[in-house]
Amino acid sequence: MGKVIYVLGDDISTDIIYPGRYMATVLPTETPKYVFNDIKELHQMLVENKFNPGDFIVAGKNFGCGSSREQAVSTLRGYDIKIIAKDFARIFLQNSINLGLPTYICPEIEASVGDELEIVGDKVINHTTGKEFKLIPHHKSRQAIIDAGGLIPYTRKKLLEERKQ
Amino acid sequence: MGKTIVQKILARASGVAEVNVGDILEPAVDLAMSHENAALVINQFLEIFKGTGLEPKVWNPSKIAIIFDHRVPAESSKTATNQKKVREFVAQQGITKFHDIRGDEMGICHQILPENGYVRPGYLVVGTDSHTTSHGALGAFSFGIGATEMASVWTLGRILNVQVPETIKIVVNGKLQDFVEPKDLILYIVGLLGAEGANYKVIEFHGETIRTMNTSGRLTLCNMTVEAGATSGIVPPDDETIRYLRQVAGVQDEIEMVTPDPDAQYCQEITIDASKLEPQVACPHTVDNVKPISEVEGIKINQIVLGSCTNGRLEDLETAYNILKGKKIARGVRMLVFPASGRIYREAAKRGYLLGLMEAGAVVVNPGCGPCLGVHQGALGDGEVALSTTNRNFKGRMGNPNSEVYLCSPSVAAASALTGVITDPRKGG
Ligand code: SF4
Repeated sequence: MGKVIYVLGDDISTDIIYPGRYMATVLPTETPKYVFNDIKELHQMLVENKFNPGDFIVAGKNFGCGSSREQAVSTLRGYDIKIIAKDFARIFLQNSINLGLPTYICPEIEASVGDELEIVGDKVINHTTGKEFKLIPHHKSRQAIIDAGGLIPYTRKKLLEERKQ
Repeated sequence: MGKTIVQKILARASGVAEVNVGDILEPAVDLAMSHENAALVINQFLEIFKGTGLEPKVWNPSKIAIIFDHRVPAESSKTATNQKKVREFVAQQGITKFHDIRGDEMGICHQILPENGYVRPGYLVVGTDSHTTSHGALGAFSFGIGATEMASVWTLGRILNVQVPETIKIVVNGKLQDFVEPKDLILYIVGLLGAEGANYKVIEFHGETIRTMNTSGRLTLCNMTVEAGATSGIVPPDDETIRYLRQVAGVQDEIEMVTPDPDAQYCQEITIDASKLEPQVACPHTVDNVKPISEVEGIKINQIVLGSCTNGRLEDLETAYNILKGKKIARGVRMLVFPASGRIYREAAKRGYLLGLMEAGAVVVNPGCGPCLGVHQGALGDGEVALSTTNRNFKGRMGNPNSEVYLCSPSVAAASALTGVITDPRKGG
């Protein structure tokens, strides 16, 4: 169970999640401090830790569109937060799978700030409104990477298998 | 059943006879491109080898390209230090396709790859940049990936868990009017499909307008397919592709042609009459907010930007030069020009384009990404408006969330430079 801390619209670009002017910062340990830098309210909520672990950000369609910058994922990964969107842009979704950012695809999601959400199996339950919404499961090829703990351990395993032969 | 060009490329790269939409593959990569974000790729690459007891070695140093373009010359000590680390890694791994900050070989990655013949028809190309879609202009299947995924490619030489995409066929017929350019066509298409209309899909371009378009125009088209969410754009290779590779890129070895079957299966087919198209403008703050120029004429502009991987090629500079030579850019508007590569910069200098643009009042900066992504040069002031030939107008893109960016063709940019307001180049003197 978690609370919705912020609701975003459609087409939230990686320039919004992680502005280009911070792109010289690359290390996953250093990127979180610039998260949503140009949406001051959300930025402050995250960096000042004004949320509870497992809380949600809800977004519309095409979340993470634009640049392939992986900082847009590593910056969010710095916080114990889940992202539910109507859908995600391709590269962003793949990056989030690769780095282990919890992302949920929920085309029908309806939620407002403060609503209590819970993810149960393939559904999101909005306890505040009493409504339920279906989640689209990640493709099994992506699930395999999630199950391995991300693309780094997944690749490492393949590397070791290959070099052993 | 017939196959699309991307299905054929993926089958070849995966060593199987044929592939179908939805299949999951681990195809071999022919070219893996990164820019300054190679610094992050290196970090993730070393992470993969941690604890394995194996020496970190890339799978094939001749298939990796690294191009410094996003922040050149370095805008900060942080970038300079990243670039230094990448240089050391390049030397240590023996990576040959490396383009450092040098007037003779620098440029934007999406210009350096084609003009050096690094991309060929039928190749599978990946790059840590979303506009890697550009290289479909040469008949390659080319798409953007993240840094960790690239680290995986550097390690294994394959891209893991690729799902064979569906393809949208776009057929464009008819002759573009004077002052209407490939940029207007792709802006129109992005407006038509919407920002995610082609998400997870490939756009294959067909029709007379594409067949008679040169490779520069095709690069502009494929470049911006990602703005409709597409995994890639692709133009089936033809005589023009061979001409470009032989005459411009200096390729001498054999060129293999991979083309789609006439009965290939598409998820959607769109036909466009190019002769009816008027200049298009993408309005703030999304690229799919596209309007015909007649609806936005007269909007006041503070900064004009000509350049980028979309429209920083020789033809684009020539277009602007022809409109601006012997004239003066309006007071109150500043114009920044950044050629897409050192080679273009030198050629434009030789032909007098740069001199003409400067005499008109433009500022010519060095080749690279320049003002496009708002980290380096040409940031906008609060409340200012830019008109730009680049490819993105997201809030904050040019370095200031309190500014606006309109996107257009080189003709519209140049005509508007003369007036200081968005101007239809067809009405110019
Ligand atoms: S010119 Fe702009 S869009 Fe093109 S690669 Fe550089 S930053 Fe990206």
